[in-house]
Amino acid sequence: MPGLIGKKIGMTSVFSAEGKSIPCTVIEAGPCVVTQVKTVETDGYNAVQLGFLDKKEKNATKPEVGHAQKAGTTPKRKYVEFKSFKNVLALGETITADIIAEDVVVDVTGVSKGKGFQGVVRRHGFGGVGQNTHGQHNRNRAPGSIGASSFPSRVFKGMRMAGRMGGDNVTIKNLRVLKVIPEQNLIIVKGSLPGAKGSLVIIEQ
Amino acid sequence: MDLIKIAEQAFAIEKNYPEFKSGDTITVAYKIVEGNKERIQMFRGVVIRIKGQGTKKTFTVRKISDNIGVERIFPFESPFIDSITVNKHGVVRRAKLYYLRALRGKKARIKEKRM
Repeated sequence: MPGLIGKKIGMTSVFSAEGKSIPCTVIEAGPCVVTQVKTVETDGYNAVQLGFLDKKEKNATKPEVGHAQKAGTTPKRKYVEFKSFKNVLALGETITADIIAEDVVVDVTGVSKGKGFQGVVRRHGFGGVGQNTHGQHNRNRAPGSIGASSFPSRVFKGMRMAGRMGGDNVTIKNLRVLKVIPEQNLIIVKGSLPGAKGSLVIIEQ
Repeated sequence: MDLIKIAEQAFAIEKNYPEFKSGDTITVAYKIVEGNKERIQMFRGVVIRIKGQGTKKTFTVRKISDNIGVERIFPFESPFIDSITVNKHGVVRRAKLYYLRALRGKKARIKEKRM
C-alpha cells in the first residue's frame, strides 16, 4: 500500500466515456525522496519517511541539512512518514507518481482552508431562528441555550459554540484515481480535496 | 494552470469538427441514448455564442421550431456529438448574437458570406 506527498494543482472537469461530466482534482505527486528508513531493530517499527519539494539550504536548519545529507539529497519542505509500504525502499530512492495505479481508490489528507472566526450556523450547521416576526429580535443566528441552570452550574465540555473554523487536517476517503500521467507526475482523482491550490496533500492507497 | 491543461488533454477525445464562428448555420448530429438504443438527432441552427476554453468550451445553437426559439448548448468535448457540418457562413459583426433573440422572421436573417 504505497503513499506519496503531492501538491494540489486545481480542479477541472472531464467527460467520461459514458458522456458524464466528472469533477476532478489534479495533484502533482512526487518526485518524493526516501529520507529515512525506520526498522524494527532501530526504531521499534517499520516505516519510510518521504520528503517532497526542495527547500533552500539557507532556510533550513543545520540538523535538517544533516538529515537530508544522510539520504544524499537536499532539505525538503515537507516530510511524511508512511508505515504502509510493502516493498523495502532504499535510502535516497526517488518515488514518482507511477506507484499509484489507475482506477484504484486512494485516501487524500490535507489541511482545509481557514475560515476564520465563524458563528454556530456556519461552523456547526445550527438552524438559526428562521423567523423575523412574532416578537423575534435581532438574534437570528444566535446559538440559543447552552445548558441548564443551577444544576450543573457550568457549561459542558465540547459544547458547540462559535470559534475558529477550518485549518484542520481533513482526510477524504475513497477517491477514485481517474488517470496517472507519469511524465509530469500528475495524478487525477475524482472529486474535491481539502485545502487551497498549491497546498500539500498526502495520498495513500 | 499549465498542469491542468496537460491533465485535460490526457482526457481529450480526438475530434475533427470543421471550423465555425458565430453567425454560421451548422447541423449538429447528436447521439441520444434511449434505454439501450442509440439514435442520432440533427439540430440545425445559427451559432450565437462560443465561450469557454479547454474542456469547458461550449457553443450555443439557436433555431426557430414551430415559431418558438430553441437554444441548445453543446460542449465541444461532449462524446455525444457525432459530427458537425457547416451549412452556411454568415456575415456578422459580433461574437455573441444575443440580439437575434429579440428578432423574428425576416429580421432575424443573417447575410451569407460568399466564399
